[in-house]
Amino acid sequence: MVKRVVVGAHYGLRDWLAQRATAVIMAIYLAVFGLLLLALRPDSYEAWRGLFVLPGMRLASSVFFGALFYHAWVGVRDIVMDYVQPTLVRLVLEVAVITCLFAYGVWALQILWSI
Amino acid sequence: MEPRKRPKHLDLTKIRLPVPGLVSILHRVSGAGLFLLLPLVLCLLERSLRSAQSYDSLRATLQMPLVRLVLVGLLWALLHHLFAGIRFLALDLHKGTDLHTARATSRLVLGAGIACTVILGAWLW
Repeated sequence: MVKRVVVGAHYGLRDWLAQRATAVIMAIYLAVFGLLLLALRPDSYEAWRGLFVLPGMRLASSVFFGALFYHAWVGVRDIVMDYVQPTLVRLVLEVAVITCLFAYGVWALQILWSI
Repeated sequence: MEPRKRPKHLDLTKIRLPVPGLVSILHRVSGAGLFLLLPLVLCLLERSLRSAQSYDSLRATLQMPLVRLVLVGLLWALLHHLFAGIRFLALDLHKGTDLHTARATSRLVLGAGIACTVILGAWLW
């Protein structure tokens, strides 16, 4: 049996595709969000909050953050794989990054759905 | 097996990257920066939505020059990462891979990132 080393690899094609799919999703969201900002010019708390309670806005924003955290995971994992060779250090870093991103995900959902 | 000792040249002050290379490493740097400042972004979003008081106090904080500097940096990071990312998507589709086009689009991405940062930054403040 080949001695396998855990390196955070062998998910190449899936993550490569996911990185691009999430990028497109986020670009579309940002374009729409930018247009909304231009159209509404929120200048007060009520207007700003009003933007986020528009129908579908919280759901779309949740999807945006979901895409963001997977996209960020693939990107940061690439960086860690490129520059951190010692396996244990790399593993610890990768677990820390995943944990942080998961926490950010929960936090973002809490922010969006508590208004 | 121990990796063989190969000659290394990592003097960043002496390495001269071609323009596409510069765009690429800045794409990585901006991505890393965006990741590291994610908690800040989420914190700002939270404070902006929590209540009218926190919104007002946040706007006061956003007047501080140091805060604005960080946010302009964040804005550039987002714009460069987005524009360079779009260029990468085009390259994935094998568009713009010849040397002349690659250099031209690289300069375009670099310029657009800086220009949009300046324009949006000025408009926001």
